[in-house]
Amino acid sequence: MGGYGLYVWGSYGVTLVLLGGEVIMLWKRKRNLANRANVADYDSRD
Amino acid sequence: MSQKTVNWYKYAAPASFYPLAGKMIPWFTAITVVLFIVGFYVGFFVAPTDFQQGQSYRIIFIHVPAAWIGMFLYVLMAIYAGIGWAFNARLASMMATAISTTGAIFTLISLVTGSLWGRPAWGVWWVWDARMTSTLILMFLYIGFISLQSSIDDPRRADRAGAVLALVGLINVPIIYFSVRWWSTLHQGASIRIASKPTIAPTMLAAMLIFLAACWMYSIAVVLTRLRYIIQEREREAPWLSAEPVVKSPTAELGSWIS
Repeated sequence: MGGYGLYVWGSYGVTLVLLGGEVIMLWKRKRNLANRANVADYDSRD
Repeated sequence: MSQKTVNWYKYAAPASFYPLAGKMIPWFTAITVVLFIVGFYVGFFVAPTDFQQGQSYRIIFIHVPAAWIGMFLYVLMAIYAGIGWAFNARLASMMATAISTTGAIFTLISLVTGSLWGRPAWGVWWVWDARMTSTLILMFLYIGFISLQSSIDDPRRADRAGAVLALVGLINVPIIYFSVRWWSTLHQGASIRIASKPTIAPTMLAAMLIFLAACWMYSIAVVLTRLRYIIQEREREAPWLSAEPVVKSPTAELGSWIS
């Protein structure tokens, strides 16, 4: 990268981390919703 | 001859939009992956080295699309928030909430990558020039919108408060866009304008536009995904939602996409 590797790969690395972080946040939100739905389903059987 | 018309208003109801969004998400996700791969190939293996900036210019392939998406998503968020407020359209308000996080992330990417580009190009990580400062203000507006909505328990009140902030903050978007023309800034002027020919090489422009398309497709995929979760959280008591396959485990849903 002609001596600019830190800046160029750093930019794409930061992008990957932030976008990947957003996807992980969404995945966790989905898991929480699934857990809540399962609890509600379990409770409704009582 | 029968004419079949689509009633678009029906998609303003969460009950109609929820399944439609579910069908669209896998397509936008697939297009995102393909465009990022193609953009990376064109940007790093086809586009030539810049004669002035060397390899460091390749940062603009992600910096410029992130800055554009950050601004565009803010405008979209304000429009949806305004529609939600004016017409009491709850799906529009939910859409504004869903957009805010993605907009904030793209604005943060533009600030960080801009700083990483500025260090080799200008010799400094940050200067308080009009473009960079107004972009930082955009970031604060996103944070303010998210924080304000999170701090109010009643979703409808949170939507209205967020709409006021989003609409007031809209004034910052033209300031960002025209800052390089209105003030003498360290930040360079636009290389691409609608009215004139771009001043960068075609392959460089192609890489940037492919990355822009990839970021845009990514934004649609994640915003629709988040919107579905917001609908599930807010409308969990609604009878239509109990008829839908509300949430599967993440791995089960991934499996259903593949099959």
